[in-house]
Amino acid sequence: MLRKVRIMLAFLISTQLVGCANLGVKPWERDLLAKDEMALDAEGNDLGLDDHIYFSKEATSGGRAFAGGGCGCN
Amino acid sequence: MQLTSSHNLTGKTKKVANINTALAAATCALLGTAPVVHADEGVWEMDTALLYYGETDRVTAVEGVFSAKKDFGDEHIFSGKMVLDTLTGASATGAVSQPNAQTFTRPSGKGQYDIQAGDIPLDDTFKDTRVQLEGQWTQPLWDDMRGSTGVHLSKEYDYLSISVNGSLAKDFNQKNTTISAGLSLALDTIDPEGGRPIAFSEMVIDRGQFANEQNYQAAFDATRQKGSDDKTTVDLMLGVTQIINRRMLMQFNYGYSTSDGYHTDPFKVLSVVNDQGLTQSLVHEDRPTERTRHSFYWQTKYALDSGVADISYRYATDDWDINSHTIDSRLRFNLTDNTYIQPHFRYYQQAAAEFYQPFLLEGTTLPTFASADYRLGEMTAYTVGLKYGMKMPSGNEWAFRLEYYQQDPKNAGFEAPGVLQQLDLYPSVKAVIAQVSYSF
Repeated sequence: MLRKVRIMLAFLISTQLVGCANLGVKPWERDLLAKDEMALDAEGNDLGLDDHIYFSKEATSGGRAFAGGGCGCN
Repeated sequence: MQLTSSHNLTGKTKKVANINTALAAATCALLGTAPVVHADEGVWEMDTALLYYGETDRVTAVEGVFSAKKDFGDEHIFSGKMVLDTLTGASATGAVSQPNAQTFTRPSGKGQYDIQAGDIPLDDTFKDTRVQLEGQWTQPLWDDMRGSTGVHLSKEYDYLSISVNGSLAKDFNQKNTTISAGLSLALDTIDPEGGRPIAFSEMVIDRGQFANEQNYQAAFDATRQKGSDDKTTVDLMLGVTQIINRRMLMQFNYGYSTSDGYHTDPFKVLSVVNDQGLTQSLVHEDRPTERTRHSFYWQTKYALDSGVADISYRYATDDWDINSHTIDSRLRFNLTDNTYIQPHFRYYQQAAAEFYQPFLLEGTTLPTFASADYRLGEMTAYTVGLKYGMKMPSGNEWAFRLEYYQQDPKNAGFEAPGVLQQLDLYPSVKAVIAQVSYSF
């Protein structure tokens, strides 16, 4: 199962990269990327609350942001 | 790594400053004088949220968040956040259920609680209030380079965490590529009620064998270490953000984290069972004093004609042998110009820590480290949810989120002796998450 997921991910990433030999856009092509909901930190409070829940309930944290420190949450 | 604001990354135009500023600027323009207020200065953007997290028969948390952000001109951005949360309810102790009732001493040493036959041992005295404060300053430095620095503080009754962070980001290729590097240092201090248990010391339970209260207290104190303990954590994060095309952007992060100090949970125990599976005693857990972690994170956002697809994958591994995979996806559909729905799906899978054991067997050699905390065991978890958002004519936004989270711990290959075969050693944890957000 995990092997299949890894192969699929590798395939997805490679097709995306191959298909985009000219990565990027011109400044006047940023109309869609400029939308609030396209920002990587859109819904910052939701992401922060989720990070706190999963930090407290699971053994892994971080990735999107720093993993360390935090709280003594049970 | 999320270092920049949406404005910096995607070149989004800022919200127009408040009407007074605009009028002042217009008046100055008419009079031919320079405006006093910097024309670039933005308005305060406020985000608030109230979250309810409730597990069936276990922990309930209510968390309030207030965050504010302002561009003071030329992308000199301050953001701050305040979080207040309260937790009540019951938390798994690590002990196994038994075919008969069990008695436990509370971690404070003051009082006992009973667990009925067949029930999972939960400590129902769990109660805490936490305050968290954050501040972050980001500004351009030179040549498409930005710097950011911040502080973070989290305080509970028995726990304090303070951290500082700093990072640099540089844009290339007409701001289509951003690379970043960040460092965070954290110091955590723990001083639990009743003291920190001595590793593998036996829980003292008053069954009438003590002549008086002093004798009981002396026996309890003999299992404890006085004073507080601490943990330092150093995090390093390297990131690349790449705009792929007009609709898609990607982010790759590598995170390295090393921590040194007290990692043990002072409230967790292990059952020592005989070859019939019957509990003979309860001992306090002990974890290694060091942990080094690596994480690899990939996120893609894709702009649909009327919505956004957001998918991320994280692989994490560490020297406790906990490897995990996380897939997170949010799919936003705009219903109208001002409303949207957003289904959320998250899947998580982790392997057990090398020192995780659901119980200890009587008569066997004591391991160097051991914990029966199910959060360090093998498990899968999933979250399904739905969010509905609506923008008001004023531009302010309401959003409502409802989610279901379930953890399914698994047996990582431990053979249960005797009566334990008939008992549920790996019960699922089910929780509801509800959130209301308001941005203005």
